Amino acid sequence: MRVLDHPILGRLEARRKVTITVDGQPVEAFEGEPILAALLAKGIRVNRITKKRHEPRGLFCGIGRCTDCVMVVNGVPNVRTCVTPVAEGMTVETQQGLGKWGKAK
Amino acid sequence: MTRSDVTIIGAGPAGLAAAIEAARAGAKVVLVDENARPGGQLFKQIHKFFGSREHFAGTRGIDLARKLCQEAQELGVQLVLDTAAFAIYDGRIVAGTTPKGTVQIESERIILATGAMENTFSFKGWTKPGVMGAGAAQTMINLHRVLPGSRILMVGSGNVGLIVTYQLLQAGADVVAVIEALPKIGGYAVHAAKVRRAGVPILTSHTVLEAKGEPEVSSAVICQLDDFKPVAGTEREVEVDTVCLAVGLTPLAELAWMAGCQCEYLPALGGFVPVHDERMETTVKGIFVAGDVTGVEEASTAIEEGRLAGIAAAASLGLLSPDEAEERMTAAWERLAALRMGPFGEGRQAAKEQLMKVGKAG
Ligand code: FES
Repeated sequence: MRVLDHPILGRLEARRKVTITVDGQPVEAFEGEPILAALLAKGIRVNRITKKRHEPRGLFCGIGRCTDCVMVVNGVPNVRTCVTPVAEGMTVETQQGLGKWGKAK
Repeated sequence: MTRSDVTIIGAGPAGLAAAIEAARAGAKVVLVDENARPGGQLFKQIHKFFGSREHFAGTRGIDLARKLCQEAQELGVQLVLDTAAFAIYDGRIVAGTTPKGTVQIESERIILATGAMENTFSFKGWTKPGVMGAGAAQTMINLHRVLPGSRILMVGSGNVGLIVTYQLLQAGADVVAVIEALPKIGGYAVHAAKVRRAGVPILTSHTVLEAKGEPEVSSAVICQLDDFKPVAGTEREVEVDTVCLAVGLTPLAELAWMAGCQCEYLPALGGFVPVHDERMETTVKGIFVAGDVTGVEEASTAIEEGRLAGIAAAASLGLLSPDEAEERMTAAWERLAALRMGPFGEGRQAAKEQLMKVGKAG
């Protein structure tokens, strides 16, 4: 959910929108925001499934240190979505285990 | 290879202040940061600082960050962003990794202003999506303007826990409670009062036992503690989709360790911190420290330490006369002493003195 109105920060200013594809579905995002933020705005909180125990993981540190938020981005596994900005046409996939390399864009 | 007089790692409040002072003295300064923009954690601090007037009381972190960034830019500080410093060689070469490859910066002096990271603690279900650092939630709401969840349990009543609780409310979330393992509230009374006035209960002598839900958090089990042990029969399940952990910070001293700086374990400062003297110089000549990396405190103290390190580094290069340096450093020390007064500051003041005593002995 987006924080549209804020008592200190004011109204969320309109920014250029881009469309990314998340697990095959189009998702609208604001240019420059981290992938993770665009996903949270849509209520998506599971970023990956662990290799051994198949457990879900999501946002934990939000500053690129813990790697719990990694996903397969444009065919590249283990991309930290909390510090990687979205870009038009980006493909993002929930990472299974260590992730599979796909066709890079 | 880039060359500079002073290379500073970390562009948060300490690093920016150090850069400004060193550049003002005439040094060629390179400021390295792993993020896409400078400011560190200041940009998510939307509350007003308090304390004395010289200490930006009434100023919000975001405004201060803008001011410091602008000043650094006007003084010609060279920003090297998107660059994570991963090593220091020979006490004078900083190696960093960027999306385009590796860079090296050689300089006469290095200032480490790498900050701190959030602590965590484990309980059943703590790895589920929905359990996160309070700082992570703060980054999402204040910087990226998205809510990580809508009903929140805050674990920890230190200043971070209290401030982030209030900011979550401002962002439109519900905080069902702040829980605290100690029998008393950890943070400032002003913050606690604000949270309570907003209707959020602060439950002392309480902890979280479990985060439940599949695949994400949908509730949490909390219980009362007696002398840190769970009291049987007091467990209750609260409906929340998010559990925020505000259980302290640990200094990011890896680079100092690697460079061979002596570190000391001082719990009041957050763990192992590099030893330094009154000039903020570590036990390795030419390497200085400032801010949370050498003791978790606040943005205002980080700025003063940054100033000290910047002035000292420039003075050691002969860019300031000893008298000038002395005068500026004395002023910064006076401001620091004022910031470290009061029940919260005293413990840190004592720990800092101990740290510097070790520095002198070594
Ligand atoms: S949430 Fe920790 S690296 Fe992204």
